[in-house]
Amino acid sequence: MSVVGHQPPPFFKRGPAPLARLAFFVVLALALLVLDLKYRYLEQIRHGVAIVLFPLQRAAYTPVDLYEQLGGYFSSLTGLQQENVQLKRKELESANWLLRQQHLELENQRLRALLDMKARQPVSGTIAEILYKARDPFSRRVVVDKGSQHDVAPGQAVVDEAGVLGQVTRVYPLQSEVTLVTDKNQAVPVKIIRNGLRAVLFGAGAGQLELRFLAANADVQAGDRLVTSGLDGVYLPGLPVAKVLRVDRDTAYSFAHIVCEPAAGVEKHGQVLILGSREALPPQVEEVEARDKPARSRKARRKE
Amino acid sequence: MAIQPTHNSRRILLPVRQWFILFSLAAAFFLNLVPLGNLVGVPDWVALALAFWSVREPLRVGMGTAFVAGLLMDVASGSVIGQHPLAYLLLAFAAGGLSRRILWFPLGQQALHILPLLLATQVVMVVARLVGGAEFPGWGYFLGSFTGALLWFPLTFVLLLPQYQPVEKDENRPI
Repeated sequence: MSVVGHQPPPFFKRGPAPLARLAFFVVLALALLVLDLKYRYLEQIRHGVAIVLFPLQRAAYTPVDLYEQLGGYFSSLTGLQQENVQLKRKELESANWLLRQQHLELENQRLRALLDMKARQPVSGTIAEILYKARDPFSRRVVVDKGSQHDVAPGQAVVDEAGVLGQVTRVYPLQSEVTLVTDKNQAVPVKIIRNGLRAVLFGAGAGQLELRFLAANADVQAGDRLVTSGLDGVYLPGLPVAKVLRVDRDTAYSFAHIVCEPAAGVEKHGQVLILGSREALPPQVEEVEARDKPARSRKARRKE
Repeated sequence: MAIQPTHNSRRILLPVRQWFILFSLAAAFFLNLVPLGNLVGVPDWVALALAFWSVREPLRVGMGTAFVAGLLMDVASGSVIGQHPLAYLLLAFAAGGLSRRILWFPLGQQALHILPLLLATQVVMVVARLVGGAEFPGWGYFLGSFTGALLWFPLTFVLLLPQYQPVEKDENRPI
């Protein structure tokens, strides 16, 4: 498939044949694919290019932003009034809980002090706005307007007013990418409020979630609420994540097929809260050390 | 003596300018960056512009350009690096190889040639990502290629505008 259809005369210098060039570039592209997918070696290059592209991306966002602002300007007064009334009612409803929460937190602190337990670390948050959905149609990610300049770090949890939205996976200086919980490669350790059963929640595509690896006879019902279990050290325990939609128990499979819907407005735009990183979990008991020095520990025991 | 077909695509054009090719590719890249959310049927402008110039100017725009454009698209769209270069490479190779054949046809049939090329580009991307464990984006994803093929008509008109000659003919200089 050469351009001219026949071999060029040798005195025209035209470089390698198209097929050879194609083979070279295809190998290069495949190597890049593997390097990025499997080993994630290319993040530095990505960050470098992204900084150069950032102004262009912002410029491309302007028409969409203008359109949204225009829509917001012309949104009817009645809509805003209704929203105001709703928000006031919500505030009253939650005031009860908030007032009691302060009291409960103090009480909790005292009790924990009594028990000599480590106080739970208070977690700060950064409010960010979802700018747009990332263009990549193969994953579910959104771009928010806070980046490493605002102390956002990869791995932080992102919540909205209803529950867990996702996790920060890539941070640029002025914006960052949040992988939503509905992404196929995103897993959240959860537990069921009703009975405390622990499980792992995966994205299932089409805006839904799936509880995997639960036995076919596991105690799960439609309507069960799932909250984060906090076992991963990323999400704080107790954040609402999803609600069980339906449970299919097929005896042909050893696992139940459990479909859930996210609690947060995962596929919508709006304000979100990026939670500060949790303090690292206490280190695991160092078995290696114990194995290396068995004599000493025995001696210590004898002393006692 | 009607050996040569006489449709518009064969009319004698001024030579293309390098800066205009670069400008059109940059414009296509900018259009690709506009975040349109879940809108279905938005064409991949960069693929379209690459296909156009690979068909029109196979000696100027080829696999090297496609590779660089693909890398930029990967970073801009936050996808896996290597996905767009791979797809664009094959597009540029096929379009460049078929360019002499495609230009022989009138615009409608040219668009029919471009459609499978654009579809193949998308299929390459889907396969590359599915092998990597991503989620299938749904059949609506492929609608972009059909829009792109339809856009071949206005695209040809717009991108060839700087190369058209004035219509009035000089008697002394027929060409």
